[in-house]
This record gives sequence, structure tokens and C-alpha cells, in this order.
Amino acid sequence: MTTAASTGTTNKTARGDGPSPRPARVSALRRSWDKYWYAWAMVAPVAVVITVLVLYPLGYGFYQSLTNANESNVATTIGAFHRPATYDFVGLDNYWHVLSGADGDFYPRLVWTVVWTVSCVVLQVGLGMALAVLLNREMRLRGFYRAMLILPWAVPSFIGVFAWRLMLNSQYGVFNEIITAFGLPAQNWLGTPLAQKVAVIMVNVWIGIPFNMVALLGGLQSIPKELYEAAEMDGASPWQRFVNVTLPGLKPVSNTVILLGCIWTFNMFNVIYLLLGNNTTGDTDILVTFAFHKAFNGISDYAGAATYGIIILALLLAFSTFYRRNTLKSEQA
Amino acid sequence: MTAATHESGAVTPAAPARPLPAAAPRKVRGRQERSPWASVVLHCTLILATVIAAFPVVWILFISLGPKNAWQEPGQVLSHLSLHNYSDVLAHSDLAKWFLNTVIVAGGTTALGVFLASTAGYAVSRMKFPGSRQLMWTFLVTQMFPSIVLIVPLYLLMSELHLLDNYLGLILAYATTAVPFCAWMMKGYFDTIPKEIDEAGRVDGLTPIGTFWRLIVPLAKPGLAVTAFYSFLTAWGEVAYATQFMQSDHYTLAVGIRTFAQDQRPDWAWTSATAIIITIPAAIVFMLVQRSLVSGLTAGGTKS
Repeated sequence: MTTAASTGTTNKTARGDGPSPRPARVSALRRSWDKYWYAWAMVAPVAVVITVLVLYPLGYGFYQSLTNANESNVATTIGAFHRPATYDFVGLDNYWHVLSGADGDFYPRLVWTVVWTVSCVVLQVGLGMALAVLLNREMRLRGFYRAMLILPWAVPSFIGVFAWRLMLNSQYGVFNEIITAFGLPAQNWLGTPLAQKVAVIMVNVWIGIPFNMVALLGGLQSIPKELYEAAEMDGASPWQRFVNVTLPGLKPVSNTVILLGCIWTFNMFNVIYLLLGNNTTGDTDILVTFAFHKAFNGISDYAGAATYGIIILALLLAFSTFYRRNTLKSEQA
Repeated sequence: MTAATHESGAVTPAAPARPLPAAAPRKVRGRQERSPWASVVLHCTLILATVIAAFPVVWILFISLGPKNAWQEPGQVLSHLSLHNYSDVLAHSDLAKWFLNTVIVAGGTTALGVFLASTAGYAVSRMKFPGSRQLMWTFLVTQMFPSIVLIVPLYLLMSELHLLDNYLGLILAYATTAVPFCAWMMKGYFDTIPKEIDEAGRVDGLTPIGTFWRLIVPLAKPGLAVTAFYSFLTAWGEVAYATQFMQSDHYTLAVGIRTFAQDQRPDWAWTSATAIIITIPAAIVFMLVQRSLVSGLTAGGTKS
């Protein structure tokens, strides 16, 4: 505070001799400091943490993506021996290598990531919405249903994944027994690529439904009852009421839920990494798990992983900007 | 009009069309009332959904109560119910140590997360100071970061700062994931506390920080509790950072359980018992706060 106050004074003496409007501006600056210094003091800790642990690593990651850093050429200290970094700056080579498709992995992984995200979000939001509509009425045992239906969210996600891994075991898993009891063929769920893909989507949907359900239920309850009554008076069928009253009324909530769902699913690391472990050909890796393997399996390719990270972030930023702009437009319309 | 209302009331949740009830005095059934058939369909659907939601959790609990090879012969469980797996895993593995590690890390994350989120949330809620918009925007974008963007640079940064394999390092890393959401939630909570309280405090001669600490923090206890629980749960269930940053002495539960549930020969007896031990505290904490969590989550998104 003192520093800024004194700077203010120097500025005043430097500039403000003449009858110019300057002093007013300087004192305004000073007043704003007097007014806001404690707000700044209060956000200082979080600003420091975010700068050091998010913005700096982000910048560092971006820098790395412009180099050819890997495990064999970054700086390391083993005991008393210190080896300086020997990697070089390579400009946009990594991006070119990835985006031109030359590495052979990016586009297949991207396509699967998009398929995975879209199918998970559609199923999660759709089923979550259906359950929310069912729960949004007076009935017996409502509290019980609600508590049970959010169970998959209450359990830490990695535990949920392990439970499914146990159930999906091809030889002894109970899941195969259940589906054969319904006349469906047993599958090697964690073995073949296609079955693996179905399995990870299924598990992720199971984990994701409760959040969607609860959020949408909150949205349903905030829709004024009068709207339904008015629609009924006009002779709208239940389906028409759903489409013309419920869906528009849910927009603010459902837009947020869909956006969050897309971001979370796109970045969903736990399900794929833990359900399949290393028993995969790589076909089920989404961009995030692929980059993780790149960074930490074999000879760590830090530059490659950083490049993927930055590309993922850019994709998400572009998507959410685009999405927000579109939903804002449709909300205003 | 009565007839129309009645009709639509009877068909509400995709129930089979149903003859008009004999109850002759045409009672108007509101939208919230259902025919018995509709009720049956409704409850059956919800029971099915409940079974699907609960089954995996119940199943792992069931297996954990059986003998060592229960996962191969689930039929044996009921006749051999015991807590043997629990005592076994507690006695013969590092589970207790991992549990302690996780409690330390989760506790540290909670303390740091609550401190950072409440101070920042309060400042943004009370003052439209220059930089507040940018700060909240940064929080929002931070939530979008895939952990992979940060994990490698953070790993290298932590190794330079000698914070790898260190509680503090992991706590700081978790704070970056928990704080942005918590700050949004705390801002929303502080917005509901009337400004007049601050003004009264200032008039009585409290400093701004004194006002925050003595007047607002006690009033914001419910919001702070949700923030604390959210930070706690973030740390309790995180896998990627913990896997890379910690060595075997400092394993958290999420990493430790993988030493049982290996890719090749998983030891399901120990895994299932450990899973239940990990789940119980998390589920209790979760059930206590879930209502506020959801409103916070969606508010954070819609208010931006």
C-alpha cells in the first residue's frame, strides 16, 4: 500500500504542476488503491497459487511443446550428479507432426474421443433427464429412490470403476451371467477393442447419470407450476407440455450440464485408464489417456505429451466458446 | 375443461390408456395425481434404475464379505460370510499407512482449499475491484484444463522444488483443481449474505479483514462446510497426480489399491475390502453435502 501511495505522490509532482486534469486522475488511482487494497490482499494468496501452479506450468508446458524434450535430455539430478538439460527448441514442429497426421495417432484418437464424448453425454443427459422427470412428482419412497440413484456419484469414481472391472471379468464376471440370463451373448468385455469401447462408455454413463439427474431435477423444480397449468388449459398433451414447457424451462440448467458433461467426459481419465489398465491395444485410448501414456510410459516423451495437452486445451476452449455463444444466442431469442 | 384435465392426468407418465374410473363424481385429478397403473409403471422403472445404480456397489461389498476366492465362486459367499478379508488386508498390507497418507493429504487440501476459496470468494463478492472479472474467468477456464496439460510441467516443477513424493506437493496440486470451483461456490454463498452486515462492522470500527474474519466467516459456515467437503473429496478420489508424484511410502489409497488390483492378476479379495473401506468415509461426506454441491456446481456455470 505504501509503495503505491508514494508512487502516486511522485506521479503527482512529476506531472501535476500545471492546471491539467492529471492530478484528478492520479488521485483517482490512489483512491482506487485505498478502496481496493484489501480486496487485492485477499485474493493475493489464490492469485499466487494459481500463477505458480497453473499459469506457470501452462506456460512451461507450452514452451515444452515447442522443444524436443524427453526423458533422456531434460535436466536431472541423480544423487550428487547433475545433468543439465540438452533438449532443443524446435518451433512448431511437434504441432505440425501431430496435426498433419504424421504421427498416425492423433486423428484416430480424436475421432474416438469425439465418439466417446458424444455418446456418453447423450446417454448421461438423456437418462438423467428421464429419471429427473420420474422423480419430480409426489410419491412414496421418493427420498429412498433419490438416495439410491445418486449412489454411483457418492462412491469415489475409481472405486466404481474397480467394481465394474470385477463384474465385467470375462471368465467369472457376474455381468456376463446376468446378460446371458436375458438371452444376450456373453462378451469378453475387457478383451476385444469393440467390447472395451462399449464397456468404458457403459461405466462412464453409470458414473455420470446421478449428477445430471440431480442438476436437472433442480431445474425442473424451478419451472413455475403456472406454466404447466396454462398449457393444460390450452389442451396441450403431456408430450407437448414436455417439449414446449419443460425443455425450454430447463435450458439454463441443461446448457450448463451439457457443457460441463462434455468437458468432464473429454478429460475423463479415471474410467479408461483404470478399467482397462495396460490390457489394451491403444484403440480405447482417448486423447487424454494417450497423452498420459506418452508422458509416463517407456521413454517419456514430454514434448509430445505437452503438445497433446495444449491441443486438447485449445479444442476445449474453442468448443466452449462456440457453445456458449450459441446457447446465449438461443437463450436470448 | 374438466374432462381435458382428467384425460391428460391419467396418461401422464407413458402409462397405458386406461378406462375412466368408476368413481362417478368427476373428481379432477391434478397433474401430480396418477392412476394406479401409472404408479406401478413409475415404481417399476425406478426400482429397475435403483438396482442398476446400486448393484456394482452392493456386489463389491458382497464379494468383500466372502472367502478369498469369492469372486470366482460368488455362490460360496452367503455360506461363508466373514470379515476375514478386512482383517487380512489391514494386518498384512500397508493399507493403514495409505489411509493415513490420504487423510493427511485430504486434510491439507481441505484447509488450503477453504482458506484460498473463501478469501478470494469474499473479495470478489464484496468488491468489484479491477481484476476480479479476470480472476473469475481464470477460475472457470482452469476447470477446463485436462490434468494432462499440467501434469508434466507440474511434475518437472515439483521435482525442481523438491516437492515430489511430498505431502505438500500433492496438496498444492490438488488445491489447484479444487479451488477454482470452490471460489465460485463461495462467491455465490457470500452474495447471499447481506452487505449491511459488512457495513455495520465497518461502522463499529472493524478493519475489512476483521469484518471478514469475525462477522462473515461465522455466518458462512454452511458454505464453508461444502467447500471443505468438496476439497476433501477431490483429494480422496484423485488418481493421476497421486500415481506420478508419490513413491510407495507416501501412496494414497487411490494408488495403493492398484497394487492389489493389478492389470494381470488382481487380488479381488483385498481389492474389494479396501474399496469398501475407502468408500465409507467418502460416501458419508458426500451424502451430507450433495444438495449444496449441485446448486453450487450449476450456479458456477450459469452465473459466468
